[in-house]
Amino acid sequence: MRDTRGMKILRVVALTVLGLFVAIPLYAMVTTAIKPLADVQSSFSWWPSRITFQPFVDMWKTVPLASYFKNSLIVASCATVASVVIAIFAAYAISRWRFRGREGFRTVVLSTQMFPGVLFLLPLFIIFVNIDRMFGITLVGTPGGLVLTYLTFSLPFSIWMLSGYFDGIPTELDQAAKVDGCGPMGTLFRVLLPTARPGVVAVAIYAFMTAWSEVLFASVMTTQDNRTLSVGLRQYSTMTNVYWNQVMAASLLVSVPIVVAFLALQKSFVAGLTSGAVK
Amino acid sequence: MAVLLNRFMAIGDETKEVHMRINRAVAATGLALCVAMSVSGCASDPKDSSGGSSGDSSNVTLTYWASQQGTSIDNDKEVLGPVLEAFTKKAGITVNLEVIGWTDLQTRIQTAVASGQGPDVVNIGNTWGVSLQATGAFLPFGDAEMEAIGGADKFVDAALKVGGAPGTDPGSVPLYGLAYGLYYNKQMFADAGLTPPTTWEDMVADAKALTDTSKGVYGMTIAAGSYRENAHLTFITSQQNGVELFDTASGKPTLAQDGVADGIMRYLDLMQTAKVVNPSDSQLDSASKAMPQFAKGQAAMTIQQSNADATFVANGMAAGSWGVVPLPAPEGAKSDVGSHVAGINLAVFANTKHKDQALQFVNWMTSSDIQAQLDKPFASLPVLVDGEATFTTDKEESATFLDIYRTKAAPLPLVPGEDQFEQAVGKAMNQMFASVATGSTVTKDDVMEALTTAEGTIH
Amino acid sequence: MSAQRITAQRRPRPRGWWVPYVIIAPAAIMELVIHVIPMVTGFVISLLNLTRYHIRDWSSAPFAGLANFITALNISTPIGQGVLHSFGLSLAYTVCVVTLAWTFGMVAATVLQRPFRGRALWRTLFLVPYALPMYAGVITWNFMLQRDSGLVNHVLVDQLGLMGDRPFWLIGDNAFLSLVIVAVWRNWPFAFLMLMAGLQSIPADVYEAAAIDGASSWQQWRRITLPMLAPVNRVLLLVMSLWVFNDFNTPFVLFGDGQPASGDLISFHIYNASFLTWDFGLGSAMSVTLLLVLLAASLIYMRATSPKENRHA
Repeated sequence: MRDTRGMKILRVVALTVLGLFVAIPLYAMVTTAIKPLADVQSSFSWWPSRITFQPFVDMWKTVPLASYFKNSLIVASCATVASVVIAIFAAYAISRWRFRGREGFRTVVLSTQMFPGVLFLLPLFIIFVNIDRMFGITLVGTPGGLVLTYLTFSLPFSIWMLSGYFDGIPTELDQAAKVDGCGPMGTLFRVLLPTARPGVVAVAIYAFMTAWSEVLFASVMTTQDNRTLSVGLRQYSTMTNVYWNQVMAASLLVSVPIVVAFLALQKSFVAGLTSGAVK
Repeated sequence: MAVLLNRFMAIGDETKEVHMRINRAVAATGLALCVAMSVSGCASDPKDSSGGSSGDSSNVTLTYWASQQGTSIDNDKEVLGPVLEAFTKKAGITVNLEVIGWTDLQTRIQTAVASGQGPDVVNIGNTWGVSLQATGAFLPFGDAEMEAIGGADKFVDAALKVGGAPGTDPGSVPLYGLAYGLYYNKQMFADAGLTPPTTWEDMVADAKALTDTSKGVYGMTIAAGSYRENAHLTFITSQQNGVELFDTASGKPTLAQDGVADGIMRYLDLMQTAKVVNPSDSQLDSASKAMPQFAKGQAAMTIQQSNADATFVANGMAAGSWGVVPLPAPEGAKSDVGSHVAGINLAVFANTKHKDQALQFVNWMTSSDIQAQLDKPFASLPVLVDGEATFTTDKEESATFLDIYRTKAAPLPLVPGEDQFEQAVGKAMNQMFASVATGSTVTKDDVMEALTTAEGTIH
Repeated sequence: MSAQRITAQRRPRPRGWWVPYVIIAPAAIMELVIHVIPMVTGFVISLLNLTRYHIRDWSSAPFAGLANFITALNISTPIGQGVLHSFGLSLAYTVCVVTLAWTFGMVAATVLQRPFRGRALWRTLFLVPYALPMYAGVITWNFMLQRDSGLVNHVLVDQLGLMGDRPFWLIGDNAFLSLVIVAVWRNWPFAFLMLMAGLQSIPADVYEAAAIDGASSWQQWRRITLPMLAPVNRVLLLVMSLWVFNDFNTPFVLFGDGQPASGDLISFHIYNASFLTWDFGLGSAMSVTLLLVLLAASLIYMRATSPKENRHA
């Protein structure tokens, strides 16, 4: 079927407006990154007075960017993997069993979304310190503590989302698997997971983004050796100067791989949805 | 997808069960409560808070949190590295250094205080001295401790006093000294046939003469959007007016009085009535953001602390093309205070396991040789009585700052509520500058009202 | 014999009854350690007079009863007024951001529903703000919103001449507007992503049937798209509202130390009350109040929006 004329006009208008809204800040970021410092401190210009790649050279000296990038990648990846795995099992339990404590668990999971995150900061820190004292597991100032924090941040929404996915998969498939001799784990891995792959990808994206962007907890829970990017980027604004061009260059550089990876994944995510795997 | 999402919202569809669920949640919460209480109860484990020390200094590693003083964290590490190595060589004590930016330092210290897990030695902004001392987390420098770091009388008295409430053993000792000064552009003053101001009125008149908005040049630039700067200037102007912000004995604020409001109005009027400050300055949220304008000749004067030089140079201003005078008081003012006793202090955490070694380290950092070595890269004023100002080769500038620091600087209120004052009044002033910049008028009544409100939030 | 009887009298446990408990255990433990215990600790703190004098040793903090709640909620005092102001601000912020983000997401998802040349490109572009590290996106906006050197004023004042005097965007009352715009920019791709996924699941033949019946595009959207998306919207609006309401990072990064009153969102207010003034009891009391308000609002919302057949079931 064909699009109506009104639809076509709406499409052009909407895409132009939204496209500009999205693209202008991105454009500003890219062009600022190739401006000399003097340019960015005077009035705005659409194009650099001269193009320089100096910010891309200097940014490594102002802030140890490479090490922050590595730390962020490690923390966000570990948190994502752990969060997805734990969420899959929890969602499976919620979707396929009716057991005591199920509703309580779900209520708690929901209510955690309503508490201002900043207030977790101090108690969480103290809990980590005490875990260290009692069990000898160092969580403060190590990537481990941050991984634990982030994975739990993304867990509630991941569980919600995945149990929804699992609920959408007819239980007849489970029964069929059971007849074929699959145990509960076999059913999960052979039947549910392949069908719910788009959901898993979506949850993974969400978990990764949550970990990748967090600033406050990272600033308190890390030391210089395992500091993450989001905190590291703030250091371009020092007590004595603001290196706008370097901030933008660094932001650009750290964004590119993430944006590419994200976009590659979202394709399979949407493709998964459209393929009819999900009603 | 629709179906899925619908399912995972099932939780809300069963609202009838909500009460039951909440009951269960309450029961679960009770259990968790017990756990939490037991956990938080041992937040200050007595095992760890032993102030004891081993006689053997070798194999001891101290953790030291340094505030960022130089142009970048790496730069700070480069400066401090040799100092710490020399200490290790001399005393056999390793120092594990972490340089922390100012945005993170306070939260890091708070979590360290609350959890008992922190460094052995830490830098603090000296205006936090009394606030942090009140937590009891820092080792008080009593007579024995003072002796271990070379005696109290080696420090400039005014600087030492900032480390604690009056009549108590200080919780921190001075490390780097800083002071406000009025920087002026020598060339611009010479071109206009002006001499640097000695009174507030002079300053405003000069600023008016130098303001040429058609060229985008203003007489002054100030960080009018920084609550810290605004709070500091409130203190300085009210000191000039001869009034105190707090009743030191009771620790209660005494903000809502004429002297304070007049001081704020005087500062505000630089933008409001004299119009010698670019309204855009209302969005400068840190002192450093006002520096480029001065460096580029878009402003003839700026109120800055003594470590501004490097940034001026970085922004293309030639060294020596600026001069400094004390921030002047109005004609016939009650006092000529032009700065608070600014700077960085050094504190030892009370629950350090290596008290003696930590004190050795403090002694090292505040020894005259190291002070002389660090003063230059960090552009700090000497906190030792026998120290010389070495941060600049400009003799006049260093003499001026030394004079301000030693004779025209008063300590910010030495009460625990000082940080609440900075918050409350500073932010109110951010608002006032914003109003002025957007064309509204701020009257003394408005200021009085804001001060009364601020007083109500300090507790 | 007697043992057998006891077993027989007990309700027999089905084989594998323990499986759900085992597989949910990791999640439950994580939730307990990272969320529940800190939340409960928050409750406990809200009843204590936990200030700088007691933060080192909580057991020394005097029990305050409901004093913190009274302080936080007494709107005749500056502290209570501050809380109320921030709460109202957050409410307005949430309504604006969620409405705009949803509208943008919906429009984009609708116009990108059918294939056309370049569709993938648009879809990709629209998701970039969500994929950018939060700090990078917000600080770019901060740069663009500077009064003298920012892009926004350059366009509005210098190029289009829409405004005589250069407006401020990061201080004064405009700061709220800026905050909303930045938050919409960051959040709308999430709405777009969710709605796009929702739209993909609507079978094309439904639209074809409607088109044969002569339904216009608008009618199709109104009669088919919207109702079919109801479950997605129900969740989307709730989670987005909760996230936006508790947003801390956007004002934290956008305003730095400027902290304009019109950008003093409740999370930020609580952070300042707790950390900058060391009154953790008061800050926790504000948080607990907030939690209760949001919990009540969420339950009412879900009840009001739950599908009719379920409600009467």
